[in-house]
Amino acid sequence: MSSNKRSINQEQRTAAQSTELLQELVAHLRQNRTQLREEWANRITEARLLTAMTKEELFAEATSVYDNYVEALATGTFEALQSYARNLSERIIPRGVETHEVVGIVLLLRDVLARSLFAKYQGDFTMLNRILDAYEPAANRIANTVAVGFVQERERVIRQQQEAIRELSTPVLQVRERLLILPIIGVIDPQRARQLTEQLLRGIRTNRAKVVVIDITGVAAMDATVANHLVQTVEASRLLGATVIVTGLSPEIAQTIVTIGVDLGKMNTVGDLQGGIEQAERLLGYKVVPVADNTSS
Amino acid sequence: MEVPILKQGRFLIATIQAALSDADLLHLRRALIDKVIHFRSNGVIIDVTALDVMDSFATRTLRDITNMIRLRGAGTVIVGIQPEVAFAMVQLGLTMEGVATALDLEEGLAHLQQRATGKI
Amino acid sequence: MPVLQDIVVAIRSDGDIVAARQQGRSLAAAIGFTATDATLIATAISELARNIVLYAGQGEVMIRSVEISHRKGIVISASDKGPGIRNIDDVLRDGYSTSGGLGLGLPGVKRLMDEFAIESELRQGTMVTVKMWLK
Repeated sequence: MSSNKRSINQEQRTAAQSTELLQELVAHLRQNRTQLREEWANRITEARLLTAMTKEELFAEATSVYDNYVEALATGTFEALQSYARNLSERIIPRGVETHEVVGIVLLLRDVLARSLFAKYQGDFTMLNRILDAYEPAANRIANTVAVGFVQERERVIRQQQEAIRELSTPVLQVRERLLILPIIGVIDPQRARQLTEQLLRGIRTNRAKVVVIDITGVAAMDATVANHLVQTVEASRLLGATVIVTGLSPEIAQTIVTIGVDLGKMNTVGDLQGGIEQAERLLGYKVVPVADNTSS
Repeated sequence: MEVPILKQGRFLIATIQAALSDADLLHLRRALIDKVIHFRSNGVIIDVTALDVMDSFATRTLRDITNMIRLRGAGTVIVGIQPEVAFAMVQLGLTMEGVATALDLEEGLAHLQQRATGKI
Repeated sequence: MPVLQDIVVAIRSDGDIVAARQQGRSLAAAIGFTATDATLIATAISELARNIVLYAGQGEVMIRSVEISHRKGIVISASDKGPGIRNIDDVLRDGYSTSGGLGLGLPGVKRLMDEFAIESELRQGTMVTVKMWLK
C-alpha cells in the first residue's frame, strides 16, 4: 500500500477524523442499544430469517451479534469478531441455518444502524455524510467477516459429512478373526477407490487382519486408473502384513489389469467370493499352527 | 538420534522414532549388522510405527539392511507401517519387494519364529 | 486460527529434509488436509528435498497455503541452482522410479500430488512445483 508523500498527511488526518467519528457513532449505538436491537430482531422476523430459532434464541443471539458488531466498530479490530463468527456458525449450522440467512441478518443490522444514523444527524447534512463515510467501510468489513466465517465453517461441516457418508457406504467387514472382506459394488470412481483403500488399510490395522478378500463381482467395469488403485491396494495391504485375495474378477477387468502392465499371475485371484473365503481360511488355518511355545497367536 | 536396539532371545528389535534423518538410518544399518554378528542373532525386527513418512531413501536403506542381514543367515521383518504411510509408499512406487513386512511386533516375532523353525 | 502463508526451508543437508517435511505436514494439517493427504504431502516434500541434496547440494523448499476461487490448497516449490536436468522427458518417464536404482523419483512425486510442474535449465538450476487441493 504505497502512497506518495503529498497525500500521506491527508490520509492521516482523514484517519484521525474517522476514528473520532466512529467513537461518536459507537457511543450512539451503545446508548440506543435496546431499541435498535429490538428493531433489528423485528426486521429479522419480518424477513422470515432464522426461522429455525425460537424467539428467545433469536433474542440472545441478536444481543451477542449486536454487541460484537459495535465492539468491532469501536476497536477497529476484527479478530474477536472472527472468533465470534466461527463460534456462532458452529452453533447455528446444526440448526439448519443457511448462508443467505446469516448474510441477510448482518445486512439488516447494518441497515437498521444506518437508518438510525440518518435519523440522528438529519439536521446536519455535512455531519451525516462524514459519519456515514466513517461507518460504511467498517460496516462492510464486518458483514464480510461474519459471512466468510460462516461459509468457511459450513464448508468444513459439509466436508466432514461427506466423509462420514462415504465411510458408511463402503463397509469393510470382519467376518472371522484376522479376516476382512471388502465387497465392492457398483461404479467406482478414482475418489471412491482411494477412499476404499484408506478404509481398508485402517481396517487391517484395527482388526489386525492377516487376510483380506476383495470381492469385485458387483463391479461392472473398471478403467485403468481404478485398476491401478486396486493393484496399489493389494501392495499397500502387504506392507501392513496382510495377504489380499481378489475374487469376482470378470474377464473384462482382468484384461484391463493386464493392459496396465500388471502381472495377474502375481495377484492372488479366485473365481468367486465363497472360493475366496475358503482359501483365506486355509491361509489362516495354516498360519495358526503353533510353531513354538512362546507364540501367542 | 540413536535408534534403540533391544535383544529378545535370538532376535533383535530396533524401534525407530519419528524424524529420523538419513544419517541416523545409515547409523542404524551399521549398528544392526554389528549386533547381529556380535549376538549371532537369528532375526531382526525393525519397528517403524513412529515413522510418519517413508520415502525412497528409507525404503532403499531398509532393503539394504535386509540384504546385509540375510548374508549372516538372519531374517528381517519391518513392522508397524502406518496405513497412511503405506498408501503414500505405493503411490510413490515403493513396494519393498523382497522385504518381509508384518503388522506389528507380535506378528513380526511370529514371522521370525516360523522362519527359524523352517515353516516358511 | 492464523495460517502461515509462506514457509521457506533452506536445504543444505539431509537433516533439513526432515525439517522441510515436518513443516509441510504442519501447514497441511492447519489448512485442513486429512492425515492421509498430509502424509502424501510430507512424502512429496521429502523426495523433492532429497533430490536437492543429492543433485544440487543445496537449495530451498517453499511451502505455501493458497486459496483460489474458494478452493484451498498447498503449493510446494523445490528449487536449486544446481546442474539442471538434461532431458526432462527422461526423468518424467515411468520406469525412472526410485524403488531401487538411482533416479529422481519424479513420476512418483507426480502421482502423489494433484498438480506437478518442472522447470530446469542446464547449469542454471531446477524448480519443481507441486500442488494439492482440499477435496
